Amino acid sequence: MSAGTAKLNVTVAEVKPINDLVTRFKFVRTGGGGLPTFSGGAHTVVEMQDGDITRLNAYSLMSNPADRGAYTISVRRDDQGRGGSKFMHSKVKEGMEMVISNPVNLFSLDLRAKKHLMLAGGIGITPFMAQMHQLAMMGGRFELHYSVRTASLGTYAKELTERYPGKVHVYHDDQKEAIDLPALLANQPLGTHVYVCGPKGMINWVHGTASEMGWPREAVHSEEFLAPASGKPFEVKCAVSNKVVQVGEHQSLLEALEAAGIDAPYLCRGGACGQCETNVIGYDGKFLHHDHWLTDEQKAGGKHIMPCVSRFEGKTLVLDR
Amino acid sequence: MTIQFNDETFRGDFTFRNSEWAIKRFPFPFHEDSYMYSVNMEPHTSYRPGSVFERTFDVDEHYVSEMKDRAQVLADDPLRCQSLPHMTLAGWDLVELIMEAKAREYPDLFELHKNGNRWRWVNKPLGIDDTFTFLDESTLPYGPMEYITRQTQGDFAMLDQRDDNLWMDAGMVTTQADWSLDFDIGMNFFEWHAPVPKAHEMGIFVRALKFLLNIQQGQPARRLNWTMTVNPLLDTSPENYHKWGEMKQDLTMENLGSKQHLRVELQTFFRLPRSNALVFPIRCYLISFNDLVTVPKWGRRLHRVIRDLPEELATYKGFIDNRPMMVEWLSQYDDGSPTSDGIWADDD
Ligand code: FES
Repeated sequence: MSAGTAKLNVTVAEVKPINDLVTRFKFVRTGGGGLPTFSGGAHTVVEMQDGDITRLNAYSLMSNPADRGAYTISVRRDDQGRGGSKFMHSKVKEGMEMVISNPVNLFSLDLRAKKHLMLAGGIGITPFMAQMHQLAMMGGRFELHYSVRTASLGTYAKELTERYPGKVHVYHDDQKEAIDLPALLANQPLGTHVYVCGPKGMINWVHGTASEMGWPREAVHSEEFLAPASGKPFEVKCAVSNKVVQVGEHQSLLEALEAAGIDAPYLCRGGACGQCETNVIGYDGKFLHHDHWLTDEQKAGGKHIMPCVSRFEGKTLVLDR
Repeated sequence: MTIQFNDETFRGDFTFRNSEWAIKRFPFPFHEDSYMYSVNMEPHTSYRPGSVFERTFDVDEHYVSEMKDRAQVLADDPLRCQSLPHMTLAGWDLVELIMEAKAREYPDLFELHKNGNRWRWVNKPLGIDDTFTFLDESTLPYGPMEYITRQTQGDFAMLDQRDDNLWMDAGMVTTQADWSLDFDIGMNFFEWHAPVPKAHEMGIFVRALKFLLNIQQGQPARRLNWTMTVNPLLDTSPENYHKWGEMKQDLTMENLGSKQHLRVELQTFFRLPRSNALVFPIRCYLISFNDLVTVPKWGRRLHRVIRDLPEELATYKGFIDNRPMMVEWLSQYDDGSPTSDGIWADDD
């Protein structure tokens, strides 16, 4: 049973460019009726029919979780990427019918926290938007520190500052403004939880700084979806389904398995959830592990691979699928 | 109303009984003549009209009496229902899940009328007609989880998910097979399953936890579990072992058919939307051996399963001492003919 299979049929109700890089999409349920409620931090996997390729990308839901009328996501265009975000920007129009997954949350609030301290970088703002809606509704205490490249690329910065006066702090890279993390962490009340979403460097910086300052590991939460990396084409033998599958240069191993009709579970498609973990039966070559899931030991062991983001270079790879 | 509710007790004079309808739809847990421990998880989708798998939350003829029994257990021991403060939102999730499902699936018994956050809930079997504000605790007579689970059959374990683990942080537990909410509350998955002696069992637990952590919204799962109970007791809690433990010694060949009950738990698993918590409703079904053997296939099969069950399992499930008598009694109903695959009776 594939985990990512519960689907919602939706219609694109609005496509709105927010700035040079980011476009916002609003989905309503096709044929009317409400969408499932969700919790702040959840994402949905959007299916894109791009010619004969089906692309699936995970995007954080940014709308009010209690609003069952519509879901909203924001997509940052990535010209270097494999085409998912470009498809969203160029092909998706109002009125189009699409298929998305039920909400999945890999970045939920710790509801025991006395205070929620949120650190966002760039498009990493989106999961926090839903979380802030949720916290505002529940009367939860929160504070957002949001780092953007320039004011014009400060996606939703103005809107958030107005909606949550005094709780939102914006830092502009081009004005040499930076979050003073040690000072910020030093001044939090006991029971504060920290959440970070943004580029990898920022996530590592927050985890590293917090742990150096003695913060418990469980009080620091992060989410980063990786885009599947492109690379040299390779071939995989699937022992269970008895098929040989070619993985193209811009295709992920997971996508290639799906295209070959092989049952391959997933949740995040970004190397974070563990759902796609697959046993390696045999190999001759080297793995290019890109995931956050396997431990370094497992990565070195050559017995597991995460097909959503990881690749292989070499002669033979046999998988337990 | 379509269901005729029994007026019955699960204690004292034990007037609990199953109608022919209830016997026919009983979730018999053995799909073959032997029993192996397994995770046996399947999607909780509607299956087989009339069966206990048809609805999200099964309501049957025992509903009203089970709710009375629950109220009595809670009056005697309020600690059977507990919720740590951060689980209140999950309680509201549960209110919504149960009310929406029941109003949709049993429109003749339950109604839910929403006007924004102002909700009116009508529960005809229990004679309840309440209006409250969704997400405002002060508008309900109890906390949200307690309010709705006082009106829903089965126990409820509410689990918070954090640090890649599950924490038993709330629950309504009055019909359990020998475990205690008051003892387990606040524990994580490994703590409440401890002690796990063997590495290989540890492996099973790690896999089970991984499965549960990945239960997603819109994709509930279910499994059956079973044990044995002497007398139709719902409340076999460790707190009350002194009251029910000794009943096991009352079995004789003469009274076994009416006293010995197969106890089946229908366990379901739902991801809750607002809190991202998980809820495990655990619904208990009881059937006396007398009633069970009215389905010839079940009588034959139960004999073989109980006879061949490994010693550790019979011990673990608490009926090792009575097993010889049970096997002897059941053997009268086993003519040695083959049984068909699957759990359902043969006549349909
Ligand atoms: S699908 Fe989540 S790690 Fe691969």
